[in-house]
Amino acid sequence: MKALELRNVTKRFGAVEANKHVSLTVEAGTVHAVVGENGAGKSTLMHVAYGHARCDEGRIFLKGEEVSPARHSPAESIRRGVGMVHQHFMLIGPMTVAENVALGREPRRGLRLDLETAADELRQLAAKFGFDVDPDARIEDLSVGEQQRVEILKVLWRGVDVLILDEPTAVLTPAEVRDLFGVLRKLVADGMTVVLITHKLDEVVEIADRVTVMRRGEVVAELTGTLDVGAIATAMIGRPVLMQVDKRPASPGAAVLSLQRLRVRGRRGAAAVRDVSFEIRAGEVVAIAGVVGNGQSELVEAITGVRPIVGGTVALRGVDVSRAPVDRRHRGGLSHIPEDRQARGLVLEFSVAENLILGRAREHGTPFGLDLASVGANAETAIREFDIRPADADAPARALSGGNQQKVVVARELTRPGMTLLVCGQPTRGVDIGAIEMIHERLIAARDAGAAVLLVSAELSEIRALADRVLVMYRGKIVDQLDASQLALDSALERMGRGMLGVTA
Amino acid sequence: MKREAYIVVVALLVAMAAGSVLILAFGQSPAQVYGMLMAHTWGDSYGLGQVLFKATPLVFTGLAVALAFRVGLFNIGVEGQMMVGAFATALVGASLPDGTPWVIAIVLAIGAGAVAGGALGAIPGYLRARFGAHEVINTIMLNFIAGALVLWAGRTWFFVEESTHTQTVIESARIPSLGMSGSAANLSCFLALIAAAGVWYFFERTRRGHEWRAVGESPLAAETAGIRIGRSITWAMAASGALAGAVGANFVLGYKHYFEEGIGRGMGFMGIAVALVGRNHPVGIVGAALLFGTLSQGGFAVNELVPKELVDVLQAVIILAVAATSAEVRRLATR
Repeated sequence: MKALELRNVTKRFGAVEANKHVSLTVEAGTVHAVVGENGAGKSTLMHVAYGHARCDEGRIFLKGEEVSPARHSPAESIRRGVGMVHQHFMLIGPMTVAENVALGREPRRGLRLDLETAADELRQLAAKFGFDVDPDARIEDLSVGEQQRVEILKVLWRGVDVLILDEPTAVLTPAEVRDLFGVLRKLVADGMTVVLITHKLDEVVEIADRVTVMRRGEVVAELTGTLDVGAIATAMIGRPVLMQVDKRPASPGAAVLSLQRLRVRGRRGAAAVRDVSFEIRAGEVVAIAGVVGNGQSELVEAITGVRPIVGGTVALRGVDVSRAPVDRRHRGGLSHIPEDRQARGLVLEFSVAENLILGRAREHGTPFGLDLASVGANAETAIREFDIRPADADAPARALSGGNQQKVVVARELTRPGMTLLVCGQPTRGVDIGAIEMIHERLIAARDAGAAVLLVSAELSEIRALADRVLVMYRGKIVDQLDASQLALDSALERMGRGMLGVTA
Repeated sequence: MKREAYIVVVALLVAMAAGSVLILAFGQSPAQVYGMLMAHTWGDSYGLGQVLFKATPLVFTGLAVALAFRVGLFNIGVEGQMMVGAFATALVGASLPDGTPWVIAIVLAIGAGAVAGGALGAIPGYLRARFGAHEVINTIMLNFIAGALVLWAGRTWFFVEESTHTQTVIESARIPSLGMSGSAANLSCFLALIAAAGVWYFFERTRRGHEWRAVGESPLAAETAGIRIGRSITWAMAASGALAGAVGANFVLGYKHYFEEGIGRGMGFMGIAVALVGRNHPVGIVGAALLFGTLSQGGFAVNELVPKELVDVLQAVIILAVAATSAEVRRLATR
């Protein structure tokens, strides 16, 4: 049986064709992955199928029955048993799980709200599919992975048996991804259908039965059977990709960043970084491995100066900058690619050109104000060198895809004059393969040019590809260290994984 | 920009339609009333002069509100900053020795107003930057304090005996009238234009303006980029207060030549509406100030046909219509 079928769908945004004559068939009872780079049109296609966006041409069939595109809507999809979980959660923090799930369709007894029934039904659903979710817990107390399970429960509770997931693993830790996949396998075993939108190919290979590869709005490949990462990647970006970064051994110089017994408090006042000391030397990449939420973010914020420290010292090239403002650290050679590019890396309303001089406007000043010619030239160069698309210096950053937004941040930070320390938080999260390759090459180039690089990443494969040395962080402490020779061992990944979970040998 | 202008034009048409209904209810012809309103404002020299006189302070206060807004701050204290500034302008203008060259006299008098207004604006700015105290509450409260302080100081020390006004300013500190059939219009309306151009240039062409806009759009990104947010907020509130404080150039130096209890009252609050209708853009603000100046003067002209409160209704409908479609209002509501 066909759970979902699209025939010849075309969707335009102004002059841009996001989907060009796309046809797609999802068989019931399978996990079907739709992959492609950011901006390839995979999310748009699923929004068309779900009724969130209206296609300009084409036909839509849900469970074998045609839905007229003009009358299609998310409500219609849910009525026909098709649900979607979006990349950005739509949950209300102060409300409980049961309240969120029942929102808009609350069971009633007479005039009274009957949340107990909803909670009971939720418990049954959760037990059936092996979810570990308490219906009475408040959303804001849950981890990101748990919140995602609530989103999935929300659609299941509405009687859906075709589930569309938009980039579900983008925000999850490796352990949470495993849990999610376990849940998905149970759903499929129970006869449900899962459509997975993603760009992480190792995950596709692990869970998908069938893969549709999209590039520039078109379907370029349909793969099934034994899936191969290399083949999918080649189809996705239209050329073979090197999954390995070409990198010579490091030749470290003098210490650039030194931390001494650093202590930092987290947002809620609890100790987040506890007595951390380490050094990074010129010309080496030191990575912090850890599950998100173990103090890495606070560590980076303390080093870059946006979070006050409680104790210890931060020194940049021998100068104590523990309490120096951010701009002084930049002048001392700090470049910072923030973990959350949309909140901290970019002013989304600003143009690409303006974002490229954010915090660096001084370099383009004249006695009478900004030198617009110089700002424009700077943007042209960056767009060319870092392949920022669209190549429009005046486009607002908001209009760019995630990968291209990241290229803007990377371009600004890697071209700072006198860069000696580069701090990057999750530099390739939510970024497509082509851009990841470019960003990795640039980081290594920065290292080879003599910069000290601190890399915080939740992706062990990224750490292994880039790092010369790895520090494993768990609950605010450095619990393990691996040098280059230890990293080369086959057991390195497993050793890091153990450390991240607090299990030290 | 096109969309913004479109919104204002639609608001204007909606307001005129609503006004027409009221005019008909009074048994008058809308065409005649609107015709009269235009004839006695833009149609004769005295009317036009009065429109310019009334629009001038609105440009200053509108710019003050807009400047703060673009840095992400809502300055409700423009009224108080304007009062304190006008008072300071009058006192300095009156205490200068006779025969001070006019350039010096006028710059000192207006400068005193700007400094006084700026200082009053800097207080809530600093409280916001240092302690996170919300500037809306603090500026509202400071309005009461400023108003009371000015009257107390005036009555205790500065008002001419048996009166509610200060000494008149020296001859050379007076800004010349534009004439215009005895209207109150004076050269300070060009100062308003210069101020508008200055605010535009600051935000669009200077480094500091770029940084302040970044603070307004995304404080986290600005902070991460090394822009000092606290400092920007304090100084932006000071600059906003200074624009409001400079307003005494119009009705003190250009018209009354002294500060009087109640002078300019309401112009500060009106500045919020001007900034809103002018979409926080200097050109829009000059246009909105002229529009409100026209309505305010036109009210007197049509008084013989319909109550002059009619124009207040027009004003209110314009503000409501613009506010309903304004992204700024939505942003405030969700803050």
